[in-house]
Amino acid sequence: MIWLTCRQFRPQAITAAGALIVMAIVLAVTGHGVGSAYTSSRLPACHANCATIASNFVDSIGSFDHVLYFGSILLMYLAPPLMGLFWGAPLIAREFEAGTHRIAWNQSVTRTRWAFVKLGLVGLAAAATAGLLSLMVTWWASPIDHAASLAGGSVQAAAGGVGVHSTWFVETWLEPAIFAARGVAPLGYAAFAFALGVTAGVLLRRTLPAMAVTLVVFAVIQVVVPNAVRPHLLPPAHATVPLNIQNGSIHVSTNAGSGLSGIQLTGSFAKPGAWVLSQVFYAGRRADPDIIITSSGPELMMAPQACIPTPGSGIRPADCRNALAVMHLRQSVTYQPASRFWPLQCIETGIYLLLAAGLGWACAWQVRRRRTP
Amino acid sequence: MTNATAAIDARGLGKRYGHRWALADCTLTIPAGHVAGLVGPNGAGKTTLISLATGMLAPTTGTVEVLGGQPTGGSDQLARVGYVAQDTPTYAGLSVADHLRLGAHLNPRWDAALARRRIEQLGLDPRQKAAELSGGQRAQLALTLALAKRPELLILDEPIASLDPSARREFLQVLMHATAEQGLSVVMSSHLVADLERVSDYLIVLIASRVRIDGEVDGLLATHHLLTGPRREAASLPASQQVITQSHTGRQSTFLVRSSEPVIDPAWTVEEVSLEDLVVAYMGQASAGSPDIRMLEVRR
Repeated sequence: MIWLTCRQFRPQAITAAGALIVMAIVLAVTGHGVGSAYTSSRLPACHANCATIASNFVDSIGSFDHVLYFGSILLMYLAPPLMGLFWGAPLIAREFEAGTHRIAWNQSVTRTRWAFVKLGLVGLAAAATAGLLSLMVTWWASPIDHAASLAGGSVQAAAGGVGVHSTWFVETWLEPAIFAARGVAPLGYAAFAFALGVTAGVLLRRTLPAMAVTLVVFAVIQVVVPNAVRPHLLPPAHATVPLNIQNGSIHVSTNAGSGLSGIQLTGSFAKPGAWVLSQVFYAGRRADPDIIITSSGPELMMAPQACIPTPGSGIRPADCRNALAVMHLRQSVTYQPASRFWPLQCIETGIYLLLAAGLGWACAWQVRRRRTP
Repeated sequence: MTNATAAIDARGLGKRYGHRWALADCTLTIPAGHVAGLVGPNGAGKTTLISLATGMLAPTTGTVEVLGGQPTGGSDQLARVGYVAQDTPTYAGLSVADHLRLGAHLNPRWDAALARRRIEQLGLDPRQKAAELSGGQRAQLALTLALAKRPELLILDEPIASLDPSARREFLQVLMHATAEQGLSVVMSSHLVADLERVSDYLIVLIASRVRIDGEVDGLLATHHLLTGPRREAASLPASQQVITQSHTGRQSTFLVRSSEPVIDPAWTVEEVSLEDLVVAYMGQASAGSPDIRMLEVRR
């Protein structure tokens, strides 16, 4: 049975091995450049207030590496569903369509064994492919990820390429956009997508509808999990940060359209690499005063009367500070700290692997029941 | 008959798809040691019966035993039964040699020499992909796969329906030769009686899930007679003569009767019947909705 499974899987295995080798070469060659740029930046020795150094480092990365950075993320997103679609869905559905299950099921091998060997070997190949791919990408992007984490959140940098004026963001490991493309999670996604494809194929008995169902279900799950499940896998941390007015000069800006005067505040939540799940601003007991986070920090959109410069005397700083102190402004944040990356990765991977195993078992059971045309 | 295990033994076997019964309450015994032909019109339940007997389907009601075991009883049971499915499926992407390797890997009793010899005799290129083979060659490859696993029973489901006449003849020749050589029991379904007539020594006519008649071909032919004579009613025939079909003209009556005793009435012209006549007669009787259908099932 192992021989037959390997023989049937040969074309896909060659494709996967080829893709892995190409990726390995590309990442190995360019990864060296990224690594040396990281070493020559002052980031490895930086322990506090590294945001500027991190930005500079990200800024120094070549445009081809930008493309590779985002391309590799895209690849990590595409690889699991592709394996679900092209390895999982046809695995048994194709046999039903071609009628070849009637050959396979009449050899001196029980169909339970047939199903388990097919599921096990190809599923293992899917998980291994995604795992290796993720390993390479995680290694390659680790300097950039580290810079993003040290910068205290997202880094926005001018693109490094000559004559390119767009800006690009790098985000920390825990941000959902990056989380799914790093570490061991892709391995779990691939195993699950594969098992999902096989299950759809066994139930629908046709490859094309099974592929469509696999794609839709997997996409829905990949949207639901980071938003509704992952934040709660470990109890999130909470922090309440008082918002104060800046020492020294007071910055008040007046919006020309509305005529409202906003005032700059300091002291907003800053934990490098944390994944902020929700944040609420308070003024006394009142939630949600008109505070927004701008590029230069939080801003109270309706400054107290005492802070608005009058034509005669300008701002009276003492009154303004008092007025703000009375408001008791603060920011309440629910977040997952950066140190939770690996625990969250392991838990999520474990869940996906368990789901995959459950689906695999259901497939074998369904095949055993001979619910075929 | 004294043989203890039947090739196929079905008891109240039924398979339902939604509200439609593909096979309903089918009870039949096909003895081992024969090349048994299973005939019947399309929709009679032949393929369903065979799919149930080979374990491709699970029954809705009843049971079926093959060589005394459950169709999906395990690898030992699977090794005892060879199966060539309708349209003789093969793995399109695998070569002829790959198919033989598949058989060698998956069957403990695999006869590699036999398989190789067959492929040589058929003139197939081992490196050729199954997708590139003709329908007849594919059927032969599927048959080779089933024979080389050295089964005790070979079950074939309309293997020749889609073949052209020469490929059909060749297939049957190979089958007959192998049957004689390996001494295996065969159950083969077809709606082409002429093909079965050449190879089978046992016949089962299945109509609407019911066994209409079964028995050894020689016995069936010896007990059926075509009577032609002056017009008379069926009721006036002796009780030992069971009327299968009848037709009347103004003065003449023709009866196909089943009788274990010789027909000695001098008023009749007695003719022998061919297997095809016999099958067609039973099928025609079913489509006419004869009221004594149930009576014909009595064959003890």
